[in-house]
Amino acid sequence: MNRRAYQWLYPVAGFAVILGIWQLYVELWHISKIILPSPTDIVRVSWQECGLLLRETWPTMLESLYGFLLAMGIGVPMAVCVANSRVLNLSLYPILIATQSVPKVAVAPIVLVWFGLGLESKLAIAFLVAFFPIVVDTAAGLQATPHGLLELARSLRASRWQIFWKVQLPAALPFVFAGAKVAITLAVIGAVIGEFVGSVNGLGNLLLSANSQLNGPLAWAALVWLSLLGVLLFGVVALLERIAMPWASAGHS
Amino acid sequence: MTAEPSIRQHSMPNSAPEAFGSFENVRKVFSLPGGRDVAAIEDISFNLQRGKLVSLLGPSGCGKTTFLKIVGGLIRATSGQVRINGIDVEQPHDDFGMAFQQPNLMPWRTVLKNVLFPIEIRRSPSAGPRARAKELLDLVGIAEFADAYPAQLSGGMQQRAALCRALVHEPKLLLMDEPFGALDELTRMEMQDLLLQIRARTNATTMLVTHSISEAVYLSDTIVVFSKRPATIADYIDVRLPYPRTAALRYSPAFTEIEHRAGRALGIIR
Repeated sequence: MNRRAYQWLYPVAGFAVILGIWQLYVELWHISKIILPSPTDIVRVSWQECGLLLRETWPTMLESLYGFLLAMGIGVPMAVCVANSRVLNLSLYPILIATQSVPKVAVAPIVLVWFGLGLESKLAIAFLVAFFPIVVDTAAGLQATPHGLLELARSLRASRWQIFWKVQLPAALPFVFAGAKVAITLAVIGAVIGEFVGSVNGLGNLLLSANSQLNGPLAWAALVWLSLLGVLLFGVVALLERIAMPWASAGHS
Repeated sequence: MTAEPSIRQHSMPNSAPEAFGSFENVRKVFSLPGGRDVAAIEDISFNLQRGKLVSLLGPSGCGKTTFLKIVGGLIRATSGQVRINGIDVEQPHDDFGMAFQQPNLMPWRTVLKNVLFPIEIRRSPSAGPRARAKELLDLVGIAEFADAYPAQLSGGMQQRAALCRALVHEPKLLLMDEPFGALDELTRMEMQDLLLQIRARTNATTMLVTHSISEAVYLSDTIVVFSKRPATIADYIDVRLPYPRTAALRYSPAFTEIEHRAGRALGIIR
């Protein structure tokens, strides 16, 4: 068998074994569905309640995505400022680190008071958690431009502007995407935190209400859909990375 | 061409009218953190004749790369005069082309776009340089990789691309900092022949930093041997071997004799 097949086979086999043990455990020990539903229960409910789950996925996805995009839109320019100006670096970095160390779960109720129960409050929390990795990774990337490339640009008398657009920024792209991949998964978590604290819809909201109605299978189904949403959004960012940096995948041929 | 085999710095004929470049009492002192000063270059003076290939040969860390960067305008000398083609060099000039020890290709640009980078920075018209870039890639034998990314090329091919980039805007002065230093011996010899071919075509005045005695002898019209740091000129050798040079020349007595002289100047042969 070729290597590609193995790349698929092993993870699938790993999943299958764990799910099998889970299924057996629930059936042999007659575990209550409220405590721990079996994988087949979760799959059945996911299928039966497909419409409901899909409807509740939509707001959670929008909250995560908008929060992430806002974090990119503000985080990347801020990283540019931090990386290129010593004054801004010294004055902004401590604030960034200080805000990062505030637990977002603790901030969520306050954010809810500000922005209400709708999409805006979740967006804000998603933004807050996604922001930091984007700024830190992008700034690190902008400061890690290979010395040789900068010297080359200087020998050609490139302007500061040209150096930024044609050398620094493309050289930092792998870092930007590394930060973006962490940020997009964090954004989903941020959105769910927001929904837990107060919301009228979304997968987090559904999970919470299913749980309070002792509907174990539906709560677990919501959990599975949440992780699928995370994987999907991560996949989109990874795909954009491949499109934006075709040279990275061309390397090892 | 000067007949005197070993010219000391202060007797240099620096009024020669045809001199393309002249360096007079160039001195460079670096300030280390902590306030200590270290002299990298004590005193270097010589003339650079138009169209010639000059090697700066010296032990590693002797200041020859620093000198090359001063000539290229990347570093300012502490004192002394650096004149190229009638102007005092204070910053990089459009007539210069530089090749570094590392290829320094941008991984996100194709080979052709890397070669065209200097043109893009200078916003020159794009049709002529494009044809010239392709011609250069053809000359160095990597035309079929024009649209490949640098990561898909071997080290030797990357260095060829870097050479094309240094030449694409038809510089009057080509400055090379140990351009073949990171290559294996066979690739290195190939690249040396290639450089000689390119020079025969372009006629660019070339200054090359190397720590390889045989490379310096094989390539150069003139070898300027640098002493240990702080650098002074240990010897100034006119290599009067005819071009075109071929591999057989490396084993000739005349070649060996010049190698010996350079070796003595470096203090490795008594």
